[in-house]
Amino acid sequence: MIDVVTVAELTAHIRQLFEDEPGLRDVWVEGEVSNFRRAASGHCYFTLKDSAAQIACVLWRSHAERQVMLPENGDAVLVHGAVSVYEASGVYQLYADRVRPLGPGDLHLRFEQLKAKLLAEGLFDAARKRPLPAFPRRIGVVTSADAAAFQDVLNVLRRRYPLGEVILSPCGVQGDAAPAQIAAAIERLNAHDACDVILVCRGGGSLEDLWAFNDERVARAIAASRIPIVSGVGHETDVTITDFAADVRAPTPSAGAELLAPDIADLRLGLAGLRARLSAALAAGLAARANRLERERRALRGASPLRLIERYRQRIDDWNAALATRQQQRLALLRERVNGRQAALAAASPAAILARGYALIAHADTGQRITSAHSPAAQPGAPLVISLHDGQRRARLED
Amino acid sequence: MEDVQTLSFEAAYAELAAIVERLDAAELTLEESVALFERGRALAARCQSLLDEAALRVGRLEDNGTVTPLG
Repeated sequence: MIDVVTVAELTAHIRQLFEDEPGLRDVWVEGEVSNFRRAASGHCYFTLKDSAAQIACVLWRSHAERQVMLPENGDAVLVHGAVSVYEASGVYQLYADRVRPLGPGDLHLRFEQLKAKLLAEGLFDAARKRPLPAFPRRIGVVTSADAAAFQDVLNVLRRRYPLGEVILSPCGVQGDAAPAQIAAAIERLNAHDACDVILVCRGGGSLEDLWAFNDERVARAIAASRIPIVSGVGHETDVTITDFAADVRAPTPSAGAELLAPDIADLRLGLAGLRARLSAALAAGLAARANRLERERRALRGASPLRLIERYRQRIDDWNAALATRQQQRLALLRERVNGRQAALAAASPAAILARGYALIAHADTGQRITSAHSPAAQPGAPLVISLHDGQRRARLED
Repeated sequence: MEDVQTLSFEAAYAELAAIVERLDAAELTLEESVALFERGRALAARCQSLLDEAALRVGRLEDNGTVTPLG
């Protein structure tokens, strides 16, 4: 008896064979894209081929939207997916969930081309770079609200700069729609004048994950921003067009957060320093005034008439002393001289002569001294007083 | 002169730094320097309290320009 199956049953069987085969469930295929077509539904259809063969591919909308960029005809790509059967057409095809540009070629090439183009336009010129505000009050952050990077940024700012306010301008940071959203998020912050500085950031990932930050729209939105922009995309080693266009490039989101505001610990130190200098400056000013006052008081004292008077008073004292000394010397001299004369006088005194045996004779009534034998007072019978050295005797002249 | 209590950290810090420079350099009357010192002390206290009380605020910018606080 012949086993008859329907087409549907046969096809279902074939499909089951494909789906049970491990080597077809999780496969990377390398090839060149052709006949690329995106349907109105958002699903994409293309053919992957090499020089020897070709396979039909489907990229459902849900996967297509997660693609950094959709492939174009002629692109060499790596496609990941599972092979199965489309029963309605009786064809097997590759149900792709990821399409990656192949090798160092495409993405790097586009990166270099865009970089060269914007560089030539002067978009990256050092002269365009704006300084960051020293104390940003409001910090705009352009990233996804759910991103770990956003939490990293908040943690850094809570620890280092709680003085500020963070204004999240949310956007996707990955996939086809992200570049337009990032650009819009930057423009929104500018339009509402919502912050003093902007951090555009995203955590680390593959080149494809970061690709939105290599988009020309993002670069132009950064260049057009009135508000200075810091970029912090990926890890240290990742460099994006966004980094070149930004005013300051930070290696990571956290580093960007550190870079765009001072550390509160430094502010505390700076404040303590200013406080000390404030007190020292006042103290120094007061000390300088006290010094000046003392100097002037001294100068005033030097110029005072009192001082002149004191000087003269002293001089007068000096003179008085000199005068007294001189006087005493003179008195001593005189005293000596008087003593000498007294001695001479004493030697010449009549008493001394009388003591040697001489006598003085005077008329007793008139007191007239009789110094000659022929003195008229020496009449016979005249009363006389004879003075001897130890007393007087009376006598009468006989002849 | 602006009321110290309404000044932002940035403004208070900048004015404080300027006052220290003036006190250091300028020939001032005693009254002027004492007044500057008093102002400087108030500014320093303002900065200190802003630093001590600071708590990061976080908000989300809406399309219409308003900011919604984020927990």
